Amino acid sequence: MSLGEYEKHWKSVVSQSVCDYFFEAQEKAADVENVPPVISTPHHYLISIYRDKLFFVSVIQTEVPPLFVIEFLHRVADTFQDYFGECSEAAIKDNVVIVYELLEEMLDNGFPLATESNILKELIKPPTILRSVVNSITGSSNVGDTLPTGQLSNIPWRRAGVKYTNNEAYFDVVEEIDAIIDKSGSTVFAEIQGVIDACIKLSGMPDLSLSFMNPRLLDDVSFHPCIRFKRWESERVLSFIPPDGNFRLISYRVSSQNLVAIPVYVKHSISFKENSSCGRFDITIGPKQNMGKTIEGITVTVHMPKVVLNMNLTPTQGSYTFDPVTKVLTWDVGKITPQKLPSLKGLVNLQSGAPKPEENPSLNIQFKIQQLAISGLKVNRLDMYGEKYKPFKGVKYVTKAGKFQVRT
Amino acid sequence: MTDSKYFTTTKKGEIFELKAELNSDKKEKKKEAVKKVIASMTVGKDVSALFPDVVNCMQTDNLELKKLVYLYLMNYAKSQPDMAIMAVNTFVKDCEDPNPLIRALAVRTMGCIRVDKITEYLCEPLRKCLKDEDPYVRKTAAVCVAKLHDINAQLVEDQGFLDTLKDLISDSNPMVVANAVAALSEIAESHPSSNLLDLNPQSINKLLTALNECTEWGQIFILDCLANYTPKDDREAQSICERVTPRLSHANSAVVLSAVKVLMKFMEMLSKDLDYYGTLLKKLAPPLVTLLSAEPELQYVALRNINLIVQKRPEVLKHEMKVFFVKYNDPIYVKLEKLDIMIRLASQANIAQVLAELKEYATEVDVDFVRKAVRAIGRCAIKVEQSAERCVSTLLDLIQTKVNYVVQEAIVVIKDIFRKYPNKYESVIATLCENLDSLDEPEARAAMIWIVGEYAERIDNADELLESFLEGFHDESTQVQLQLLTAIVKLFLKKPTETQELVQQVLSLATQDSDNPDLRDRGYIYWRLLSTDPVAAKEVVLAEKPLISEETDLIEPTLLDELICYIGTLASVYHKPPSAFVEGGRGVVHKSLPPRTASSESTESPETAPAGAPPGEQLDAVPTQGDLLGDLLNLDLGPPVSGPPLAASAVQMGAVDLLGGGLDSLMGDEPEGIGAPSFVAPPAAAVPANLGAPMGSGLSDLFDLTSGVGTLSGSYVAPKAVWLPAMKAKGLEISGTFTRQAGTISMDLQLTNKALQVMTDFAIQFNRNSFGLAPAAPLQVHAPLSPTQTVEISLPLSTAGSVMKTEPLNSLQVAVKNNIDVFYFSTLYPLHILFVEDGKMDRQMFLATWKDIPNENEAQFQIRDCPLNAEAVSSRLQSSNIFTVARRNVEGQDMLYQSLKLTNGIWVLAELRIQPGNPSFTDLELSLKCRAPEVSQHVYQAYETILKN
Repeated sequence: MSLGEYEKHWKSVVSQSVCDYFFEAQEKAADVENVPPVISTPHHYLISIYRDKLFFVSVIQTEVPPLFVIEFLHRVADTFQDYFGECSEAAIKDNVVIVYELLEEMLDNGFPLATESNILKELIKPPTILRSVVNSITGSSNVGDTLPTGQLSNIPWRRAGVKYTNNEAYFDVVEEIDAIIDKSGSTVFAEIQGVIDACIKLSGMPDLSLSFMNPRLLDDVSFHPCIRFKRWESERVLSFIPPDGNFRLISYRVSSQNLVAIPVYVKHSISFKENSSCGRFDITIGPKQNMGKTIEGITVTVHMPKVVLNMNLTPTQGSYTFDPVTKVLTWDVGKITPQKLPSLKGLVNLQSGAPKPEENPSLNIQFKIQQLAISGLKVNRLDMYGEKYKPFKGVKYVTKAGKFQVRT
Repeated sequence: MTDSKYFTTTKKGEIFELKAELNSDKKEKKKEAVKKVIASMTVGKDVSALFPDVVNCMQTDNLELKKLVYLYLMNYAKSQPDMAIMAVNTFVKDCEDPNPLIRALAVRTMGCIRVDKITEYLCEPLRKCLKDEDPYVRKTAAVCVAKLHDINAQLVEDQGFLDTLKDLISDSNPMVVANAVAALSEIAESHPSSNLLDLNPQSINKLLTALNECTEWGQIFILDCLANYTPKDDREAQSICERVTPRLSHANSAVVLSAVKVLMKFMEMLSKDLDYYGTLLKKLAPPLVTLLSAEPELQYVALRNINLIVQKRPEVLKHEMKVFFVKYNDPIYVKLEKLDIMIRLASQANIAQVLAELKEYATEVDVDFVRKAVRAIGRCAIKVEQSAERCVSTLLDLIQTKVNYVVQEAIVVIKDIFRKYPNKYESVIATLCENLDSLDEPEARAAMIWIVGEYAERIDNADELLESFLEGFHDESTQVQLQLLTAIVKLFLKKPTETQELVQQVLSLATQDSDNPDLRDRGYIYWRLLSTDPVAAKEVVLAEKPLISEETDLIEPTLLDELICYIGTLASVYHKPPSAFVEGGRGVVHKSLPPRTASSESTESPETAPAGAPPGEQLDAVPTQGDLLGDLLNLDLGPPVSGPPLAASAVQMGAVDLLGGGLDSLMGDEPEGIGAPSFVAPPAAAVPANLGAPMGSGLSDLFDLTSGVGTLSGSYVAPKAVWLPAMKAKGLEISGTFTRQAGTISMDLQLTNKALQVMTDFAIQFNRNSFGLAPAAPLQVHAPLSPTQTVEISLPLSTAGSVMKTEPLNSLQVAVKNNIDVFYFSTLYPLHILFVEDGKMDRQMFLATWKDIPNENEAQFQIRDCPLNAEAVSSRLQSSNIFTVARRNVEGQDMLYQSLKLTNGIWVLAELRIQPGNPSFTDLELSLKCRAPEVSQHVYQAYETILKN
């Protein structure tokens, strides 16, 4: 963490000086993202994650599976996010006692205790402005004094006694396309990373089953623990008693190349002249396999070579910025209208006398398509058992660019 | 209204203010004060002075206040042990609270207070909590046992908590089971010998049931515990695998990887012909690939593990090459790992894609990554022969870019390509030579010089090129100097007329002006060679070099198998066994993959010399190095030997290191090595083996002496034979023989250093063999072996090693390592070293057994030209533990009925017919009966050896 450091010991106390090894590694890595996640020191191992501009470092003394630690640290960050609305230095500082109480509930002697947000919220209530005010008047606390019932049941992810006046179940099918497109425009690699995120506000103990029009698309899936694996294996139906609130139901991967449509293409010509201090830059974006939907929210990001001093470009739509320090060009394109394809062209100023850049920059493309799961995945129906009321149901689809790179 | 206010107390009298607030009558004020104290504590401020005041707040009904005080106590109790006692009563009371949450909280906190006096009071409450009616309390108490064990292990054992913990494995609540497993695993880690997690099919079944129902973290503990279990056969292995596979779809990557570990390990037991084996292979790929779309830190750990998995079972991910393609914004540590795996997966089918990618990477910005990409192209060329030409042309393209570090890397890898495919791509040399001047890194310079020297005859101006390097000879690094010396000598041998001056120049630079002993020695050797025998020099210097292969960068198989058992752990990230880096005295148990099970086992038939090779042809029995290497590396796959002597297991442990390259640690451990030194010298006063011989054999004793072979006591010892000639082992000559004295089998070795450098760090290891022979102590060479020096070592052997039938039965494959290399040889041991001292059967038994063994097991042999009488024969055989059970005289012929027993408990019965007093008929007739008839041939050879020497 940049301003201060916070520490919590679960076993014997480890001297803070052990962190020096981490700071050393951080300095060496130049870029914060390149700090190796596992660092060995003479007596300990430091396992860290980098999230939301914060490092979460854990010190371990014995052989512990690193993934175990990394997953746990991410869970801690998720919890902070969940409790404080953001996971930041300021949020942690403002809620340091809750942070401490949370960490105490999440881990005991190196064994994770309660990491499900549902259970934690029963133990320690998240801060709200209202509660703070009420607490200070009534003297009540934000620590629950009931046993977290869910923790012991066979469905540890759901708390008992949930009540809503409006019962709703919403699902977001979000697909991200990871792709590498080569110079000539052909696809080197493409796959879809999909998730179904759920927002479930249902009273009691609802038992849901979600079925798909084309479940065979899903052959590589990771499930939330609530899903009954056997039902999926035999019937390809997602059957589960959901946690209360927001959670990720499944994540999946579609990699078979012919199923991955590439919705945009980029025509590009970037050239640097030998022995001259300028170059030309010209890119145009157009729709490819967009399934008749509008592609919107397009942003192009380019890390230009170091010798680029400045860029004088003209966009046909949207606006662009070039940061001469980081050499990052960002073009906020907006929507594609097929009648007039957006383009960005102009001159590149190079440092005079420097050799012409060896590498051509990769283009990083962001976009969004509403109401479409590019893999073709479609929810067939959602049924609820176990409760009598009729819930509101809804499914939304969206496709986005993930790590979508075009080589030039 | 946020907690940040706690950081902004006035500096002056801060502690004093807090003290006043803590003692306030108002509850709310008290709580706020404790919060401030906690806030100060988290940022490392010392607020221990407030200890008594904070403890005073402990008696409260307010759960939050109680928790805060507990947090404080955990932090400072250690520094204020006397004060901490004040809290004990409240803890004990809280452990009886009607609210299970408070009971659990109290026992949990007490366990975190690392003060001896407190732990004494902890025992009773803990015992109650372990049997609490509420599972939430029980699961908390289970973890508390592990905490207590960490503070005071003896106490935990004395109080019987371990047994209670074991009982909890059968608890009805899955979370309690998971925590009990977690606690036991942690305790077992500090007690590697203890049998805490003694798993059997019943307990495994309970774990598998709990696995489905407990939390993700509990699943990890249970899976890691399962991975330590060895199923009894392939069916059990398969059924466990079937129940573990659903975990592969878990959202928690640590669960996935632990499941992968269990599957990878148990797969070892499944026959590859099984349909299920194929199904399992297919199921492994998707979860592994999915890990790569997670956060970069997770990706990194996953990639390190995938690297192991593709080496062990390349078929798992062979179709998934593309997911390892590098994205330009991957962190560097992810990029480098992906690259490594791409090479491992490269094959003829996908090489075009891989090369295109690598070429792309070679133009990236990050220098380290670019270098590695260029190297990777070279590795592809070496790995996939069909692609070599494409790789070379790609490298040439890269050289044309003239980017300095790219050119240098390219030249280094092209050198390797030349070594792999001699006389194929030399046409590119001209292009390489153009870049000579731009090379400024020693490795690249050395590579270029090597190329010039190696192909001097094709490079017209080779002498000029090399001469240009010579000018700054003393400024070059040793690597370059050595290479330059060799290259010029090569050049001279190829073009002697024009380069005489040059060679003299370099020889004098190397021998007279250099301080580097390596360089000087090499210079002198060349000099002497060239001056005494140029033909020999040519043979040596221009000898054909062994081809290099891709295997050089693979993890050595024994280590790989061990690492597979550690998938998901730190060991898998570092690619080192835990013994190589785990701290301190915590015992590390070497893990090994389970052996293939009996039900599907086929008889193994290593390709060695034909059966029954006479001892004279020992050297012919040496299999090719490659085969032998493969066999030796299987060594640790054997099933754990039940009850081996302590020393033997120590040796086995070391043995893993031997081939794993971690020999240093082995040697470093020596002082602690269990009783190893006492094994070095065999007992000096060996009991004469013929002590129990019949009285009438006094004469034969004399006879024995006059025959003058072998040692006085113990069985016959053959003279030492050369087992490993110096020329095959970089100057190390090993000769040796086997002895058996007073029940101890030894391998008597004579090591001679015929090289010019000192040899150190000796170690020895045997391949699995028919009778489980294994070193009972490490090979101890006390001082470094200087050139021309010889040492004699007696290496005690045990028969507790892993057993694998060899062909011939008595062949033994040995690996010897020293600081220079690892060498392999094979030898045959005489069977009589395996004849045990208590091999005398009683008469009745003998008769019964003889009848009982079917006649087809009888083998007849003739021992020719043995002019000994019955007494002499009997006594001589007896000194080698062949015992005469009875003797009869039938029609002037002496019949000896004899028995012997092998170390593995096989009895061999013999009938020996002697015709005394008939000088013209000196042949003995031997009939052998044994339940394992294949040993007969070798027993006969033993008879012959003993009687004829």
